[in-house]
Amino acid sequence: MLSRIAESLFWIGRYVERADGTARILDVHLERLNHLPTEERRSVARELLGVMGARPQSEDFGLEELLHALAYDKHSATSIAGSLGAARENARRARETVSSGLWESLNTTYYGLNQHRKDVVGTYRFCHWVLERTAMVSGLADTTVSHDDSWLFLALGRSLERADMTARMLSTRDVLSAGMSWVNMLRCAGAYESFLRTRRAAFGDQHAAEFLLLDRLFPRSIVYALRDADECLAKLDPSAQRVGFINDARRIVGQARTFLEFHRTDDLMSELPEHMERVQKAVSQASDAISRKYFNQADELAWVGEVS
Amino acid sequence: MTMSDLFQDYSEAAGRTGAYDEMFAPGQKARQSYGQVAGALRELSLADVSARADSMARTFLDRGVTFDFAGEERPFPLDIVPRVIPAAEWDVLERGVAQRVRALEAFLNDVYDKMTVVSDGVIPRQLVTTSAHFHRAVHGFEPAGGVRVHISGIDVVRDAAGTFRVLEDNVRVPSGVSYVLENRRAMAKGLPEAFGQQLIRPVEEYPRRLLSALRKTAPSGVDDPTVVVLTPGVFNSAYFEHTLLAGLMGVELVEGRDLICRGNRVYMRTTDGEQRVDVIYKRIDDDFLDPLQFRSDSMLGCPGLVNAARAGGVTIANAVGNGVADDKLVYSYVPDLIRYYLGEEPVIANVDTFRLEEKEAREHVLDRLDELVVKPVDGSGGKGLVIGPDASNDELDALRKRIIADPRGWIAQPVLQLSTVPTLSGDKFGPRHVDLRPFAVNDGDDVWVLPGGLTRVALKEGSLIVNSSQGGGSKDTWVLAGSPQVPVERLPRQSVTVRERVSVWPVESNWRDRQSEQQQQQISDPQEVPANA
Repeated sequence: MLSRIAESLFWIGRYVERADGTARILDVHLERLNHLPTEERRSVARELLGVMGARPQSEDFGLEELLHALAYDKHSATSIAGSLGAARENARRARETVSSGLWESLNTTYYGLNQHRKDVVGTYRFCHWVLERTAMVSGLADTTVSHDDSWLFLALGRSLERADMTARMLSTRDVLSAGMSWVNMLRCAGAYESFLRTRRAAFGDQHAAEFLLLDRLFPRSIVYALRDADECLAKLDPSAQRVGFINDARRIVGQARTFLEFHRTDDLMSELPEHMERVQKAVSQASDAISRKYFNQADELAWVGEVS
Repeated sequence: MTMSDLFQDYSEAAGRTGAYDEMFAPGQKARQSYGQVAGALRELSLADVSARADSMARTFLDRGVTFDFAGEERPFPLDIVPRVIPAAEWDVLERGVAQRVRALEAFLNDVYDKMTVVSDGVIPRQLVTTSAHFHRAVHGFEPAGGVRVHISGIDVVRDAAGTFRVLEDNVRVPSGVSYVLENRRAMAKGLPEAFGQQLIRPVEEYPRRLLSALRKTAPSGVDDPTVVVLTPGVFNSAYFEHTLLAGLMGVELVEGRDLICRGNRVYMRTTDGEQRVDVIYKRIDDDFLDPLQFRSDSMLGCPGLVNAARAGGVTIANAVGNGVADDKLVYSYVPDLIRYYLGEEPVIANVDTFRLEEKEAREHVLDRLDELVVKPVDGSGGKGLVIGPDASNDELDALRKRIIADPRGWIAQPVLQLSTVPTLSGDKFGPRHVDLRPFAVNDGDDVWVLPGGLTRVALKEGSLIVNSSQGGGSKDTWVLAGSPQVPVERLPRQSVTVRERVSVWPVESNWRDRQSEQQQQQISDPQEVPANA
């Protein structure tokens, strides 16, 4: 398939998952933020934006600015609206490849972005709506696109971004431990009920973090998402080698996953910041490696006309 | 439209009820505990309030927070104005509820054993033996784990003078706690402004407390007990609550047909074969629990459960036969029971109650039926209750006949003007009567009372009936923290523990720095679409 199309699909996967993860994080943290007095609220809002990988544009950064930056800013790939806009833009460029179901659901989502009140209460419903839309996009991608290479790129982008987003969810726990209980951290990932069913009576920070980081069966856990990414990469490049990997992306993803999966620890909580940092780094490195290998960004070519 | 418009006719309407208002002192001055709520409401217009109320109702419908009303699933109406309880008042309620639970626990142990309470002349033997829920099938053994009242809901109301009184005890299958959990979630999103500056005690630990109490009271010798919630099934009006509690505890929700008793042990049928069940949180009535002992036509229970409990092979929570303790005639003796078993004075008083078996009281009541509330002793959910002033002459005549035919079956109480809280009704707030059901969890060593509980509100103006089956709704119930020592919804920021960071990953290869620099640039300099980042 065309590199350009593959790139679009990869980024559709990433952006949709990013919107989903950001909506989840915002929804839960907004509740916490609202329980804080004004001056604390400002500093926490700032930190939260930092965890999501952006810096405040101005000195005057409060709750309203946070909502703009994470939910409604159409010009930033960090925000939900920006991500969904970018996903739709990518789909528009690959429209002949993606199914009409997938394209329409992205397009409808894009036009629905403005139909929400942008205050706190409206943002809760916005987040809820975003989760529904992203689930619909994912579902249509899974059921209306052949699971060939094009779908694999989409799924690859989705898994990588999912690992990154879960890492950020766990990082918010560390940055904002004020009032951020592990219950909310699990709710953030939609993992609360699943966690409770597997853990019987064992509750607490450590178990919750372990679940989101290491669980082999929960689809939003980092280990699970990295395994998904690894499987996509393997299917995209099935050439069996006797020794090692030529593919940088596979090496990066595989190393991160196996390190986590086989790592033994008694003190997960104090290691958590490093795990999160390294997972995020691995995702961004893998993404770069995938670009270099598959998307083959050729030097800009310009038409120079025939020399006669 | 501003707050003053929304509350325009409030003080006049509140004056008409003659009741204690939880939010406003006379002269429409917000009480101190309501300062923040009043401030938040002041900022809102009617359009805001309606939009939020709609949004909250939709959330409930989406989440399936419903009750069964005549075969139809309805969202449980949640009003936007919370009921706020100051720390000092809660302190009294908490002690009073725990005291009552301890006394009822002791009473039940006694009733199903030596009945010293009868031989010591505190209550007549007949009182116990005529109770419809006194079950001889569970006489003469101590339940595994030693607890009978694991979960209780003690209904309290505030009278016109502002004093809390216990209205009734529920130690069989008290329901409503799921609404407490859901109401808090909905309110945090519906009225976020009101949470900011004050310390509100959280309710989310209830399922963990419950699970830990259930596990603690498992039969002895079981290391890692399996707990299940037993539901009558999807048609039960409280089915939502059963699913929520099972989900939040992470345990199986079983129906009678999922269980099997063999050799005085209980098992559930699973894909891995039969698995032993150690603790059953029973959400069905005793009568339907075990066709071998009770109604033989019941398809909801499982034959053999009572024998298994008797043999100590399974813990049933709450214990079978608890109904004798929340019989409303027994209720009238609870202050005596507290003195008898605990040697303490009751912390919260009862509502004055006439025992209709006593000739003098009966005659007095029959003369004044139109001024009193008359209740069947074993009713729940407001079933069969007659409010004298609202009843027609025909109804009162019928009631009179039934009382004379079965005086043991009824009690009478004066009509209490339950306290009121502002409640959204159409385009303004009006005073509506409320009660309060605090929930207590008893693990055998300690009685823990969930901060707050379920505030039910009669949505019809002037109505005193708060039951959801009869047009009642609910309010989120906030207990303010008196001191920073108790956990609150908002933890102080100072509590952040700076963790020592530990490094365990292998050192990265050197090309990472170049990459992370690039990443930094991308973040500080967001590129226009379609450059993907």
